[in-house]
Amino acid sequence: MARIRTTVDGLVYEDDVEPRMLLVQYLRERLGKTGTVIGCDTSNCGACTVHLDGLSVKSCSVLAVQANGSEVLTIEGLERDGQLHPMQQAFHDNHALQCGYCTPGMIMQSIDLLGENPDPSEQEIREGIEGNLCRCTGYQNIVRAVQDAASKMKPGASPTAEAGAKQTVAGGGA
Amino acid sequence: MTTTENAPTQEIGRDRRRKEDRRLITGRTRWTDNQALTGLLHISVVRSPFAHAEIKGIDTSAAKQVPGVVAVYTAADLGADQVQLPCAWPVTKDMKAPQRPALAGSRVNFAGEGVAVVVARSAAIAKDAAEQVEVDYDELEPVLDMEAALADGATLVHPEIGTNANAQWVFDSGEAGSGGSVAEALQKAESDDDQIIVKRRFRQQRLVPVFMEPRSTVVDPSGEQLVMWSSTQVPHILKTMLALTLGLPEHKVRVIAPDVGGGFGGKIAVAPEEVLTLLVAQKLGKPVKWTETRSESLLTAHHGRDQIQDLTMSVTKDGTITGLDVKLLADMGAYLGLVGPGVPILGAFMFNAIYKIPAYRFDCTNVFTTKTLTDAYRGAGRPEATFGIERLMDEAALELGMEPMEFRRKNWIKHEEFPYTTVSTLTYDTGNYEAATDQALQMFDYDGLRREQQERRERGDVKQLGIGISTFTEMCGLAPSRVLGSLDYGAGGWETAAIRMLPTGKAEVVVGVSPHGQGHETAFSQIVADQLGVPFDDVEILHGDTQSSYRGLDTYGSRSLAVGGIAVVKAAEKVIEKAKPIAAHMLEASEGDLEFSGGRFTVKGTDKGVGIQDIALAVFAAHDYPEGIEPDIDAHATFDPENFSFPHGTHLCAVEVDTETGFVQLYKYVCVDDVGNVINPLIVEGQVHGGLAQGIAQALFEEAAYDDQGTLLSGTLVDYTLPTAADLISFDTANTTTASTTNPLGVKGVGEAGTIASTPAVVNSVLDAIRHLGVKDIDMPTTPYRVWTAINDAKGTAGRGDEANVASPGAGLGSTASDISKGDTQGGHL
Ligand code: FES
Ligand code: FES
Repeated sequence: MARIRTTVDGLVYEDDVEPRMLLVQYLRERLGKTGTVIGCDTSNCGACTVHLDGLSVKSCSVLAVQANGSEVLTIEGLERDGQLHPMQQAFHDNHALQCGYCTPGMIMQSIDLLGENPDPSEQEIREGIEGNLCRCTGYQNIVRAVQDAASKMKPGASPTAEAGAKQTVAGGGA
Repeated sequence: MTTTENAPTQEIGRDRRRKEDRRLITGRTRWTDNQALTGLLHISVVRSPFAHAEIKGIDTSAAKQVPGVVAVYTAADLGADQVQLPCAWPVTKDMKAPQRPALAGSRVNFAGEGVAVVVARSAAIAKDAAEQVEVDYDELEPVLDMEAALADGATLVHPEIGTNANAQWVFDSGEAGSGGSVAEALQKAESDDDQIIVKRRFRQQRLVPVFMEPRSTVVDPSGEQLVMWSSTQVPHILKTMLALTLGLPEHKVRVIAPDVGGGFGGKIAVAPEEVLTLLVAQKLGKPVKWTETRSESLLTAHHGRDQIQDLTMSVTKDGTITGLDVKLLADMGAYLGLVGPGVPILGAFMFNAIYKIPAYRFDCTNVFTTKTLTDAYRGAGRPEATFGIERLMDEAALELGMEPMEFRRKNWIKHEEFPYTTVSTLTYDTGNYEAATDQALQMFDYDGLRREQQERRERGDVKQLGIGISTFTEMCGLAPSRVLGSLDYGAGGWETAAIRMLPTGKAEVVVGVSPHGQGHETAFSQIVADQLGVPFDDVEILHGDTQSSYRGLDTYGSRSLAVGGIAVVKAAEKVIEKAKPIAAHMLEASEGDLEFSGGRFTVKGTDKGVGIQDIALAVFAAHDYPEGIEPDIDAHATFDPENFSFPHGTHLCAVEVDTETGFVQLYKYVCVDDVGNVINPLIVEGQVHGGLAQGIAQALFEEAAYDDQGTLLSGTLVDYTLPTAADLISFDTANTTTASTTNPLGVKGVGEAGTIASTPAVVNSVLDAIRHLGVKDIDMPTTPYRVWTAINDAKGTAGRGDEANVASPGAGLGSTASDISKGDTQGGHL
């Protein structure tokens, strides 16, 4: 057993974990953060994507012990005071989800993508979310949602959107 | 209290954002695997690595020693080898149905079949311990090739049934009286100089549905009713089948499908693992969970498609089809799934597609092999048929030297000919193939792309352009119960809905269909809002729990709106009917003087009125209501459709094929679908996008391939290549609308259209790009390696000198009919 201390969605946790425990298992089984899901066993699907110290990672390919001393942001920590993150809002507005299973990972990855490239082209978006599989939507509305969020998160866009954007750029650490 | 004063604007047709989204985008989800119960135990299934083998012995002692392991069971310990998992569709009277156990007893019949189960404190411990279970196998010869499996002396998958043939199902229009005899039509064509015969063999490769949420089941046996949560499309069917299969009293079982992450037919099942979880939970008296890994899912959840199609068409030289003969071999895999044997049979009604075909025969033989079983996958029988006919239409046009769209136009059912009874005996109520096609051609810039294709040909571009067509129809809204009865299906095709009017005027609508991504909560709320004249937000749709929704037949076959939505309409009509005498009483008017609209009963010619939401409160109080009726306006309705509905559309695809690497890049995709009246255009568009992605993936990317030992080669998402966002492009989609006349909403269904239509459009476009190089066919998926090989193998078989000639306008598919001899199916074929 190894002792780890992490901040997840703004709360500090200290736990003993098996060294082989994956971050995604830790989130789901120990913290009850079941918003983050598992879609594969080969790190292909991206359903488990979270932010680790501000950057997106597939939490099935990170050990819980590797998150020691780090800040983790999951889909459950995006909302602020009942206000959706602009990316969440954009997924809703653009019908970018059907069953919703890929959605947490897609949203976390898309936020990371805009962190790196605030004004991506369609092709850049497609390549930026290439590590996240969706079986329902054909991706078209996901691409639209990311474009929509990008336009709303631009500096000078509406004040609420900008607040959301800042929170993201800061790595989402709460 | 209520808002009936402001009658809401029309909801049907609005692009409402989905009610379902909020939970899903914030992570407040209820996937089955999220379920945590005190004392929950976890199971892991020990699976056979061999496709076909005798089980000589199982040693569980080491596994039992692993700390945290509660029990290890073989089939005999649980009676799991005595279970007969159900097949609800005995397609013929003499169909051979081998026993399908929940765990193999003495013989395994496909790689991945369960042989033992480990129960432990955690899933990780169960998995570790499962590796400690020692199984002693005697390998048998695998059975992998359908034709070889039917040959004399073939190794039998199930020796006890004496054959590898599951069933043969035949439809002959001559015998049915719905058309002529194909044998005669073909014979006549042989000796007729004015006719040609086109023969082709196509392969429908095996696919895996790959819903993104792996399957999971939790069983809690501790209450009066045993509760099963399962990631299923069919909670009602599952409940009834569990009762019938295991001899449980049906009223002692409750099945819940909580949030379900996609299905695409892959979760229409009574899975062995569902039964195992239940048996273990019963045995231990503890709640038990099973969640599969993705590799387990790819290996053992049912697959789809997998057919060999031998097609023969006779056609006059001026392009009129005179006969169509379809001979299929359909791979069932090792066992029969819930509806597996019926899936290819659904194609019987669809091979004739949108065309007027005077003589037709369909002859399908289902075959057992030692592979994972096949069952419904998005479209179920209809994509296979549509692929066959739409590929064949191109091949025939090619041989005739006709423009492929012209050939289709010449043979399809004209708008003014509806309703039209087809050669396979279905009556298409409405359709307008001309309108959808004209719009698609215009959106696509068909002529412009043909010009571009010609220019590239003339320049000898490395990247050649290909254009593919698919004009399709499908049968949706499964299904009229009487039709299902005539096909020996084990259940009806009706659907049920109930509306509960709450005291505060809100409506709870209980539906029997079971969504897993389709947006029913939104679309049905729109329907109810219009029917009852209540606000959209005052409606809650309840589903997926047999305790609230006790009657239903679940979600598949694009039936949820065309059948389930109509049940909702019928229930709403009954609510209004029941409210009427109470309204009359409250308004001191006679019922005959009342009108209902916008949520209010009004007395004709006056401004006196009462809202339906106020009536809900009045019957709750029940202080004053007419004699002889019950104080209740809740209603329950079951709708059994009279006919299917028949969405149709025209899909046009352009691809660039790199003739040096074989890489196929989507260039443009346009589709115009006629799905009847649209409840929510946003949801319809989403369904089309997702459907297209899956159909295109069959054409270009996906295949469940086995090696010669019967081992699945594409057993992880590394090898089973789903398209990513970067593999696809943005599609141009649009709708034409001819309302269905078979239901009061005029809807048709849209869940499968994109998948059914797109595959042949893409393959036709790939071939169109390189046919002038001598390539005649390429099996799906048309991967770069296959395309590159086909081009190289064909080198020298077609003169490049033909290029200018074949690219000339009007030269059919941009290829030379003379290249392809009558009936040739090989040459450049992989
Ligand atoms: S679960 Fe699939 S990438 Fe992590
Ligand atoms: S919405 Fe179902 S997998 Fe993406």
